[in-house]
Amino acid sequence: MDILTQIFNLQTLYATIRMATPLVIAAIGGIFCERSGIINIALEGMMLMGAFIAVLISYFTGSPWLGLIGATVFGGVFAVIHAFVSIKYHADQVVSGVALNMLAAGGTVFLLNVFFNTSGTSPAVNSLPYWGPFKPTVYFGLLFVLVAHYVIFHTTFGLRVRSIGEHPHAADSVGINVELTRYICVIISGMLAGFAGAHLSLGVLNIFREGMTAGRGFIALAAMIFGKWTPFGALGAGLLFGFFQAVQIRLQGFAIPSEFVQMIPYIFTVVALAGVIGRATPPAAIGKPFKKNNRS
Amino acid sequence: MSGIEWNKVLKEMAISLVAIFSSFIIGAIVVLLSGYNPIQAYHALLYGAFGSLNNIADTLLATTPLIFTGMAVAFAFRCGLFNIGGEGQLLVGGLTAAWVGTFQGIPMLIHLPLTVMAAMLAGALWVFIPAILKAKLGVHEVITTIMFNYIAYSLVAYISLKVLARPGTVQTHTIEESAKFWRFSNLIDMHSYLNIGFVIALAVLVIVYYLLWKTTIGYEIRAVGISPDAAEYGGINSARNIVIALMISGMLAGLAGAERALGLFYNYRSGFSAEYGFTGIAVALLGRNHPLGVLLAALLFGILSNGRTYMNMMAGVPVDLVVILQAVIILFVSADLVFRRLFKFKKNGKGDE
Repeated sequence: MDILTQIFNLQTLYATIRMATPLVIAAIGGIFCERSGIINIALEGMMLMGAFIAVLISYFTGSPWLGLIGATVFGGVFAVIHAFVSIKYHADQVVSGVALNMLAAGGTVFLLNVFFNTSGTSPAVNSLPYWGPFKPTVYFGLLFVLVAHYVIFHTTFGLRVRSIGEHPHAADSVGINVELTRYICVIISGMLAGFAGAHLSLGVLNIFREGMTAGRGFIALAAMIFGKWTPFGALGAGLLFGFFQAVQIRLQGFAIPSEFVQMIPYIFTVVALAGVIGRATPPAAIGKPFKKNNRS
Repeated sequence: MSGIEWNKVLKEMAISLVAIFSSFIIGAIVVLLSGYNPIQAYHALLYGAFGSLNNIADTLLATTPLIFTGMAVAFAFRCGLFNIGGEGQLLVGGLTAAWVGTFQGIPMLIHLPLTVMAAMLAGALWVFIPAILKAKLGVHEVITTIMFNYIAYSLVAYISLKVLARPGTVQTHTIEESAKFWRFSNLIDMHSYLNIGFVIALAVLVIVYYLLWKTTIGYEIRAVGISPDAAEYGGINSARNIVIALMISGMLAGLAGAERALGLFYNYRSGFSAEYGFTGIAVALLGRNHPLGVLLAALLFGILSNGRTYMNMMAGVPVDLVVILQAVIILFVSADLVFRRLFKFKKNGKGDE
């Protein structure tokens, strides 16, 4: 029973919630984007940019709150690139996502050099204060889940988002502005991913480190899929994946290599997509550029 | 459809050239805003890439894995598939080559091809599950290959660090002489590790060209790439071709790993791949998914990746400028509609609004 008490205790619970927060927030961003029919594999890059901007602003203003807000706003601005090339210019959304991830990876290190004259780690900055056992971003994460659920399933805007992700031409024919709605959704996804990045750099740590998101954007993507593109599903999947991240170090004491625990979210996602435990089906119109007069 | 449509070729080339040119201008602005001298930066970049025979050889050395990964992505594209998992397939292939390469007592004539084939097989197998899921269930290969990249990172880290590592290091054991690629430094007096892998890469481009445009299987793969439904209607088994195309793509990525393991490092080590799998996506897009285009695009990125260290030393510009350039090139190529509108590349001359 020793292994169970080692794994299931209050400390692990807190660690799970801390680890799950960025995954859940970014996953909700992914849900808005993909529900509207735009693939977003750039969550990773958007998070990384958010993490960097948060530290940069906190460094120059001394305020982590301004850092958090700046990261959220800039995440949205960064996402405009994705929206612009994939909505306006019908670019392949996966290609655009790949480019944004590269731009973020290269851009953050480049700027790290320009602003701090270092290529590894930024200087320490003021981080967010504790609110009880957690940083504020954790509570915001929970709030985002509730708000996103309400917006997506109980508002006109949410209905529009879901309809343009399933059948944009039908939505267009009843007067919904497909392009505008998609712009809004992609920008929301960037803002949430930026916020999630700020949680990493100003909530969990007080520095920016090169490539510090370390694949969390893709785990968020996995949580989105595993949660079947719903906010509560993403919350559940995010907590599950956060739990694996929280226990991987503890499990090493029991001869379970951390590398194998790290694989779990990705394997789960492939299994979910394969339909072994209830098929995960993406929105029907996902990845297809919307051309108004060109029905297919 | 015989003969080369020069008009089309020139248009495709123009898009790539405009993308490159635009990205270099944006790069120059970034450099200028950061307080460096862009002319000095690009000059140093070019000197680093071509300044001496050794530098040129190193540029070709940097080009080699990009030819393989670029061709891997391009091959899948030709079948309408996006293999974003080249990085994982390369790592799995590279580790396999580094492992099989340590087998002792096998004559080179058998050992070398065996090792290379093992790497190709490993790369192909790593994309097998995404291929089957795509072919049978229509599961988007982008998501599954991304997931398999991350599974590969963990698996390869575990095996290389905890199973095959030389004690006290983050490297595997050195491969046997009988599994090493021949290096040009045996013939020419230079330090570069440029090896026969570059020649193999050129040969692979020719083979892929032949396979895609001169054989039935290539015809079928391209037909599926243009329209799976139409191909199916014409009696072509789409599912089968999807699996074949992705596995060949995986093989090519595996070859990239083999060249790094057998020609450059002589083992598997941490930091084995400089994201060649992802740069391969840029190479394929810029090269318009054609073997010749892939060669030219791989050369461009080889120049950038080899020249950047010198650019950093001489002009002080952070090496990551090159990653930014790469990202901007991809964005421009992907949004080629911008250029098509700009240069009225429309067949009927009408706008599409």
